[in-house]
Amino acid sequence: MVRFLLSKLLYLVPTFLGITIVAFGFVRILPGDPVLLMAGERGVSPERHAELSAQLGFDKPVVMQYFDFLGRLLHGDFGNSLVTKKPVLTEFLALFPATVELGLCAILIATLIGVPVGVLAAIKRGSWFDQVSMTSALVGFSMPIFWWGLLLIILFSGVLGWTPVSGRISLMYYFPESTGFMLIDSLMSGQEGAFRSAVSHLILPSIVLATVPLAVIARQTRSAMLEVMGEDYVRTARAKGMPRRRVIGVHALRNAMIPVVTTIGLQIGVLMAGAILTETIFSWPGIGKWMIDSISRRDYPVVQSGLLLIAGLVMVVNLLVDLTYGLINPRIRAS
Amino acid sequence: MSDTAPLSTGAIRRQMLAEFWFYFRQNRGAVAGLFVFILLVLTAIFAPVLAPHDPTVQYRDAFLLPPVWQEGGRADFLLGTDAVGRDMLSRLIFGAQYSLFIGIVVVAIALVGGVIIGLVAGFFRGWVDAVIMRVMDVILAFPSLLLALVLVAVLGPGLTNAMIAIAIVYQPHFARLTRAAVMGEMRREYVTAARVAGAGNLRLMFRTILPNCLGPLIVQATLSFSSAVLDSAALGFLGMGAQPPAPEWGTMLAEAREFILRAWWVVTFPGLAILVSVLAINMMGDGLRDALDPKLKRS
Repeated sequence: MVRFLLSKLLYLVPTFLGITIVAFGFVRILPGDPVLLMAGERGVSPERHAELSAQLGFDKPVVMQYFDFLGRLLHGDFGNSLVTKKPVLTEFLALFPATVELGLCAILIATLIGVPVGVLAAIKRGSWFDQVSMTSALVGFSMPIFWWGLLLIILFSGVLGWTPVSGRISLMYYFPESTGFMLIDSLMSGQEGAFRSAVSHLILPSIVLATVPLAVIARQTRSAMLEVMGEDYVRTARAKGMPRRRVIGVHALRNAMIPVVTTIGLQIGVLMAGAILTETIFSWPGIGKWMIDSISRRDYPVVQSGLLLIAGLVMVVNLLVDLTYGLINPRIRAS
Repeated sequence: MSDTAPLSTGAIRRQMLAEFWFYFRQNRGAVAGLFVFILLVLTAIFAPVLAPHDPTVQYRDAFLLPPVWQEGGRADFLLGTDAVGRDMLSRLIFGAQYSLFIGIVVVAIALVGGVIIGLVAGFFRGWVDAVIMRVMDVILAFPSLLLALVLVAVLGPGLTNAMIAIAIVYQPHFARLTRAAVMGEMRREYVTAARVAGAGNLRLMFRTILPNCLGPLIVQATLSFSSAVLDSAALGFLGMGAQPPAPEWGTMLAEAREFILRAWWVVTFPGLAILVSVLAINMMGDGLRDALDPKLKRS
């Protein structure tokens, strides 16, 4: 297992370096002078230009600049935002819980609905349930989630008036953020109605973000179950006279879960891309909206480091998925 | 050669097509998807004839008119008008051109780039393969929409740049698929035979091996087509794709956002158009996979 872990980690090093090169190169290939770009429309005096160039290291050769950049990264220095002047890492960490909260809720919804639906569809292959659920899954998979979000807002916020349109909690409530997770903070605040407000703000964005992963998980579970149910050991278990429920629950499901767990883990990339759209629609103050705002404000240090942090995060989660996969499936470890 | 091959190339091709159609037809969804897709193509081609109005003309007397069946609707604007008085139906019809065009361009760039890269990696192996695949890993490490967004931020917002960005993000999938298929085929005897017969590297790559790797590539191309329509609409929605007044469906949604609680039609129809097109292409893709994947055929 240690060898497996080490080989996986070693494999990540070139990818990580590649990601840093992309993030570094991104600001360099922008057309025009980076200092002028960062200075914005007001421009800078020649003296200030030289000073800023030296400060940001733009007067050095590109290779040296890259190693400086890498060195700063390894010391946890991700640069400062041009707009707020705050360190990018501080901003990232402040907004990160909001995205995690949304993402976790979404993946929870997707798993809790997707897996049972997939299993049932496989067991009742060809039935109306199978057909309806798999057609819905295909619709979910094809859904432009930015439109889906708007439709839900029209229905639940506009027509029915059940849920708020944007934000994480009603402005009526104010309490210090201790965990950054609104559900936990609102519960801990002890204010009446705060938790309910947090839930009502979270529900629509979670459903929107869960849509595509839910469809993928349901489809994957169904095909994994169908494959496993055709295996000899399942037939043997059935032939022995084992109750159907036990055959499905113990023999089939457990083995079918291996690819499904991987699928669930790999949804992190989908979730991050989805978070950009979902957070924009619902004005959810998380990483996705922060990235979009920074791109439109041309806040390049934020875009650069944000890109790096998100890609790094996806990479780490994918590594964890790989490791879990190795843990539950010894055959992978051996190869 | 002619002694062992009684069928002419044309006959073999016809037989293969017949077999393909046999398996494709078994998936009813796929046939429905194909039907909708053909409709979409016809709509795009005949858009200037079909559209009742110019998609960019603003009718000053008809701001935010509801569809014809709703109170206040007018017969000359069947699906209503948007906030500046443009006909929704005409814009939707012309939007089909954008979606198809985007899908074709993105898939063409990603497919050609990915296939060449994958062929080179799978054919030469060694350090060439290692370097190429690490670069592909790096591209795949970024969430696709985010990378496309940042690329567009670098290149400048606009349809062309959005298409280039999406194609760059998609081509690792084609490269990986081609590489895997090439590596599988390289061990086959017909490749060795061709090599012994004196075929050069280029001929081996493009004439001998590539045609035998086409199945999975076609399926991936279909899936990428639908993703390209979705992602370009998402970029348009975020203001980074096609720019107004282009009747691109995502851009139309972005313009309609502020009216969601007042005028449902300006939001509903463009999204529905995206959903229906993407769904049709995905259904077609499912059928193609069933028909082209020999492993699935037998099950």
